[in-house]
Amino acid sequence: MRRNGLFALQLAFTLFICAFLIVPVILSALAGVTVNFFKGLKSGLTFNWIIEVWGLYAETIYLSMGLAIVCLVITLLLGIPMAYVLARTGGRLSRFIEELITLPVAIPGLAIALALILTYGGFREFRSSWLFILVGHVLYTLPFMVRSVLAVLSSINFQELEEGAASLGAGFWPRFFQVIIPNVKPGILAGSLMVVTLSIGEFNLTWMLHTPLTKTLPVGLADSYASMRLEIASAYTLVFFVMIIPLLVAMQMASNSGQRKKKSTAVPDLPIKRS
Amino acid sequence: MTLPLGVVFFAFFLLPMAQLVLVGASGEEGMSAYFSFLTKTRHLESTIATTLLSAGVTLVALAISTIVGLFLVRNRFPGRETLISLLTFPLAFPGVVIGFLIILLAGRQGLIGTMTKAVTGDKMVFAYSMLGLFLGYLYFSIPRVLLTIMATAEKLDISLEEAARSMGASQWRVIVDVILPALRPGLIASGAICFATSMGAFGTAFTLATNIDVLPMTIYTEFTLNANIAGAASLSIILGLITWIALFVARSLSGSTVAASG
Repeated sequence: MRRNGLFALQLAFTLFICAFLIVPVILSALAGVTVNFFKGLKSGLTFNWIIEVWGLYAETIYLSMGLAIVCLVITLLLGIPMAYVLARTGGRLSRFIEELITLPVAIPGLAIALALILTYGGFREFRSSWLFILVGHVLYTLPFMVRSVLAVLSSINFQELEEGAASLGAGFWPRFFQVIIPNVKPGILAGSLMVVTLSIGEFNLTWMLHTPLTKTLPVGLADSYASMRLEIASAYTLVFFVMIIPLLVAMQMASNSGQRKKKSTAVPDLPIKRS
Repeated sequence: MTLPLGVVFFAFFLLPMAQLVLVGASGEEGMSAYFSFLTKTRHLESTIATTLLSAGVTLVALAISTIVGLFLVRNRFPGRETLISLLTFPLAFPGVVIGFLIILLAGRQGLIGTMTKAVTGDKMVFAYSMLGLFLGYLYFSIPRVLLTIMATAEKLDISLEEAARSMGASQWRVIVDVILPALRPGLIASGAICFATSMGAFGTAFTLATNIDVLPMTIYTEFTLNANIAGAASLSIILGLITWIALFVARSLSGSTVAASG
């Protein structure tokens, strides 16, 4: 296509949209390290807000990291076998089950959280522990793990690989761990990145499920947006970005390398994350 | 091998959802609570506002993403990859954070306020209005709609356009008669996803909609402030149905595109 006025116009429009998405992120990062945001950068740069955030909210950061790790372990244990069985079974039943386990992503987190509270809210110990939040996170992230592993399984001929191993005398579990798992690694990696990223950022369920003693990072963020000065809220957001952006970059890299190999994309076709 | 997942899923999802359905009908109004989104003025107003907002966001997000998506797919220039990364990486930002970003843009100490004050002397502040909410929803919609549209646009058959052009069709006619119909499955699928996400968005609304009743906020207030448990439960079932149907449409459509493109 010839580079003409139309090209310039479209480029300008694209840059404008890009600015709409990126400028607020930069503003937030700057506000988090500026002495007084209202006066602007000339008031000087400081790390004091971040130190203050650490003093106020360190607990929430630890809880979110812990939750994400436990959530990852559980989704790996539950999700990989499920994906394997779905890939082997195939057909309508397997489509139905896939649809069913994807429901927690399709239904607003608020509804699921309400359902959990109405059913298990009476169990005091459970209700007030971090395990209650973990249940929500596992429900919400599990479909991403299952789909991501399933996508890779459907793109390779795993049954042939397995038959080969079986003909050499390998039993089921050796086959599963030494043939299937190594071959679906890209899917496991993409799924894991997704699970950790989503768990760290989950708010919709968590806001309803948390108690004053079990605040996660996004819950703390909402709290700071409502009650703290702009600089502290920004510094806290900056801490969040520092945690999440490496994960996002890793995710893009994983999906790019998946595309280059031109199997199917390792990243699940599920862009329906809630906001 | 699927037993552990089955047990967890039954105990913590199917059972609670069934309970939610029962509780929804357990209030004074019984089953009719499920129609409160049509009969109760406050619920009806909230339903209309949320639907209009979501539909508006969907249309604008589709328009923006089609222009940007086609441009990025059709042209190769230095910095293109970076631009795509920047446009898609807000995909995983939580709604609360997006709400805060809008406050930085259009709040009392926001960028737009400062700029308009410098130019016109009047400070424009609209983060907590419908417009602010609209921008917030647009923020989380653009990356995901853009990704779907770019994926569809990459599969477009350029020779069809060339044929249309060689027969003397204007650029405008090519867009309306060739490109848009070819993009249609992607547009409908990503539009449905965008609509569903907007209907159910809680985080962004939680930060920005302090004075606006959108459905998730109505459910939240019914539950926490009014202790209207049955009302909250029935309304959230209705909302869940709406978003699920929209997403189901999206998935069955995008499924058929995959099948068609072989």
